[in-house]
Amino acid sequence: MELLLSSAIGMLTAAGIYLILRRRSFAVVLGTTMLSYAINLFLFSTGRLVVDRPPILQEGATAYTDPLPQALVLTAIVISFGMTAVTVMMALGAFLEGGDDRVDMPRADREPDLARSREDFRA
Amino acid sequence: MSPALIAALPFIGALLPGLLIRSGRDVAAISCATATAAALLGLCLHIPAILAGEVVTARFEWLPQLGLNANFRIDGLGLLFGILILGIGLLIIAYARFYLSRRDPVGVFYTYLMLFQGAMMGIVLSDNILLLLVFWELTSLSSFLLIGYWKHLPEGRQGARMALTVTGLGGLAMIAGMLILGNIAGSYDISDILNAREAIQASPLYLPALLLILLGAFTKSAQFPFHFWLPHAMAAPTPVSAYLHSATMVKAGLFLLARLWPVLSGTPEWFYIVATTGLVTMIIGAWIALFRDDLKSLLAFSTVSHLGLITMLLGFGTESAAVAAVFHIINHATFKAALFMTAGIIDHEAGTRSIARLGGLRRLMPVTFLIGTIAALSMAGIPPLNGFLSKEMMLEGATRTDWAGNGSLVFVMVTLGAIFSVAYSLRLIWHVFLGPERHDYPHKPHDPGLGLIAGPAILAVLVVLVGLFPNTMVGWLVDASAAAVTQGTQHPHLALWHGITLALLLSVIAIVGGALVLARYAGLEALRARFWRPDAKVMFDALTDWSLRLSHRLTDRFTNGSMARAFAAFSLTVLLCGGWAFSTGGYGGASRPMLPISVVPLVGWVLLMVATVCMVAFHRQRVLALVLVGIIGLIVSGCFVYLSAPDLALTQISVEVVTIILLLLALNFLPKRTLRESRDGKRGFDAFIAALTGLGFGGLAYAVMRSDFALPSIANYMIENSHKLGGGDNVVNVILVDFRGYDTFGEITVLGIAALTIFALTETLLLGASGRRLRNWTHDSRRAGARHPLLLVVITRLILPMSLVVGLYIFLRGHNAPGGGFIAGLVVAIALVSQYMASGFAWAQERNHVPYHALIGAGVIAAGATGIGAWFAGEPFLTSVYGYVKLPGIEKFELASAMGFDLGVFLCVVGAVMLALNSLSRIARQAGETVNAEPMDINPSRSKGGR
Repeated sequence: MELLLSSAIGMLTAAGIYLILRRRSFAVVLGTTMLSYAINLFLFSTGRLVVDRPPILQEGATAYTDPLPQALVLTAIVISFGMTAVTVMMALGAFLEGGDDRVDMPRADREPDLARSREDFRA
Repeated sequence: MSPALIAALPFIGALLPGLLIRSGRDVAAISCATATAAALLGLCLHIPAILAGEVVTARFEWLPQLGLNANFRIDGLGLLFGILILGIGLLIIAYARFYLSRRDPVGVFYTYLMLFQGAMMGIVLSDNILLLLVFWELTSLSSFLLIGYWKHLPEGRQGARMALTVTGLGGLAMIAGMLILGNIAGSYDISDILNAREAIQASPLYLPALLLILLGAFTKSAQFPFHFWLPHAMAAPTPVSAYLHSATMVKAGLFLLARLWPVLSGTPEWFYIVATTGLVTMIIGAWIALFRDDLKSLLAFSTVSHLGLITMLLGFGTESAAVAAVFHIINHATFKAALFMTAGIIDHEAGTRSIARLGGLRRLMPVTFLIGTIAALSMAGIPPLNGFLSKEMMLEGATRTDWAGNGSLVFVMVTLGAIFSVAYSLRLIWHVFLGPERHDYPHKPHDPGLGLIAGPAILAVLVVLVGLFPNTMVGWLVDASAAAVTQGTQHPHLALWHGITLALLLSVIAIVGGALVLARYAGLEALRARFWRPDAKVMFDALTDWSLRLSHRLTDRFTNGSMARAFAAFSLTVLLCGGWAFSTGGYGGASRPMLPISVVPLVGWVLLMVATVCMVAFHRQRVLALVLVGIIGLIVSGCFVYLSAPDLALTQISVEVVTIILLLLALNFLPKRTLRESRDGKRGFDAFIAALTGLGFGGLAYAVMRSDFALPSIANYMIENSHKLGGGDNVVNVILVDFRGYDTFGEITVLGIAALTIFALTETLLLGASGRRLRNWTHDSRRAGARHPLLLVVITRLILPMSLVVGLYIFLRGHNAPGGGFIAGLVVAIALVSQYMASGFAWAQERNHVPYHALIGAGVIAAGATGIGAWFAGEPFLTSVYGYVKLPGIEKFELASAMGFDLGVFLCVVGAVMLALNSLSRIARQAGETVNAEPMDINPSRSKGGR
């Protein structure tokens, strides 16, 4: 079981990283979503895998799984929704404002302008 | 008045100018002066107690776990500095009112000034070194704002930045030093540290702590070689220079030396570092001051020199020298503030403060001449003014000091410094006021009005009075503060005449020598011009240039505007760090048995793997990719169910729904396909990085899952106390709303901020270029025939009440069974969104009268109010209580205060999700989406007649 989960985490991570390295914003958003899955699963798995012992107190139950990672991951899931929402809005904004959905800075703006930044610092 | 209130009053005063500046600058100035005067009065009420040897304290626990307490104390030293800061502050507030021009934003100035005053009061009244550090950094920041007050002047901005860089770096060093010091003493309270002299001086960490603390004090007090920032800070308006650079901020370093004098002084390290630095600073400062042409620059270097003098006295480590240091702090503050204000008056009235363009002002500005001369003569150490008294005591101390076995070195050098000091003071009088009247002043000079002259006049009177009657005027203050510095009782005899002593002889030599130097000034200046002189500004600029170039060279390689490159560099760095940490960390090996693999998880695993591979393979077809993401999310929530996490499964599945809807809505305005851009080689490289990272992270997850807990888990505490303390059986929910409620409170706040960010982004998008683009939008994909299909509308309407009840049920049972505010919020949001999807967002929005912003705000407030409610029960923030309630007709049920908190979570989640979706619908409206009049396209109930 551990093998299955860890290989799934590895696969989701690889997919997420590959998508994040793409050039278009939507792929990057999808990539962060995949990465969130992987990370949430990983955080959850730090409580170790336990079957059929949910952390809900019951008469007769003797053992429970670790509730703390679950509480962490629960909020992490909701926060990652917030993050996805903000990034997708930023992607949308960039597309509407700039006319394309590339994530890279246009080549013309890329040249590091040392002289100008020095000016800025001195001024 | 409580010391804490005295420290707080200037901060309260800082709020007033912003509120009152519309009533005019007079009102703003008066409000600041009132706050300052109130603080000064409160301080003075403590004088009898402090003279009786008491220490007035106020103690509040802030973060006791860190040793950070908001403890305040007033002893003699704090009293002395408090009187200087508040007293001179009052004069400066009045002076600035008349000094600043009509165009200057006066309200801002007073706010900065009061902030600075509060920070200084905080430093001198703190009884905890961590608290002191907070105020210390605050003085650096507020002085940055004050020095750069004239934002339009490049010198002002550069000077402010240089001051912040130097004092800020010193402050960082001091933090380290203070932490070491507190660690040795076992407490961060100054009262405790002062009692730990033996332990501190015996510690092997004494020297590092001393060096770090001195670095902070020396940079702040402009000691050589950090003195160069002070003259550049003179670009500030003169009231700032008079306040910060004579009486207060530069004295903060001296205050610290004096404050820690009982524990740090008396060792050879202290003597050689502090006394030598002070001596060198004193001579160099005086020498440079002699040749400055700008009046304020001359005064700045003279300040450097006098600060060096006081540092040297503190460095001597003897009690009599400490008394002299304290006395000179008072005297220097009076005559130097008066001189700065005089320089400001000359600049204001004559239009220049360049000495070369001045001269002969004696008759044109007689009152200014009188004040300036008194103050300058005091600075020179001419009897019977107060500068003479403390200088004499300094010379006296110097004659008794051996430097590495050499008994005369110190007093010879000190006399040399005194000669320069006399020379530049006399030069100030000679070259500015005396000499022939000129005809080419930029303005016609004349004495200013009472507003400008009052401040320096009061100080000049003090200079004379303290000189003539030192014991009556300040004897008590010197006694009290010297007693606080030396931690013993001091009753020094302050007098003009001590008989014919070596010190008197040295004084005479200094005065005569100074006059001679001034007489040969032209020759000396020519001589000096022949030598190379280091220019600190050039060096500082070269250093910042160099570090800028270095950081460019470093960062440009990784972040050149290509996000993929930055991410790739980041991933590889993380991998390397992780690999290194793992290989050196001592992994114990797999110690837990594996869980057996059953059929259902295996099927889920296969589905997940296939879906992920397909998702990557088809990610360019965006809608398809979204479907696949939905599948993956579904399997992830299934995984949570299987692995005993029902709450997570519920959350995941509902978040999944909302996320997919959001992405679909956004996709409406984005290209539906991603073009293939990267070359095969590039994609291969990316795949390689991705595979490596995946292997690394998966391997890490495997290693974690197979090993046992290194430390006993705190889970048992939560499980045992979940019912006892939190009153709930669902441990995850109890952790969220109770044990770790503070985290959750932060998280819903973040979620609310994210939603508001989206709202703000939308507002901007609806304007400008993107707004125009949206108005001319043509949809690139075929639209469905029926936008609001009958079936969907009817079904969602049927479902709505049911899903709301489900949401309520999930909310109510959350404390004891899977559910709670987060999940209930998401479920209700989905129920609402389905309405919006069926009949169109705008149509549904018109029928909803609750603004989503308000929902977010109400949620955060409800959660916060529940937390605060615990205070009234005398418990810490967010402590929950619960009880059982019996209502007629239904079973006995439990009511916990945590439910109020959970309600806040619920409201915030609903508000945030809906606001995000609402923003997207507003974009759609801009793009020409019409608002339908009917809930559905074909409405059978309205169709007339029929067949």
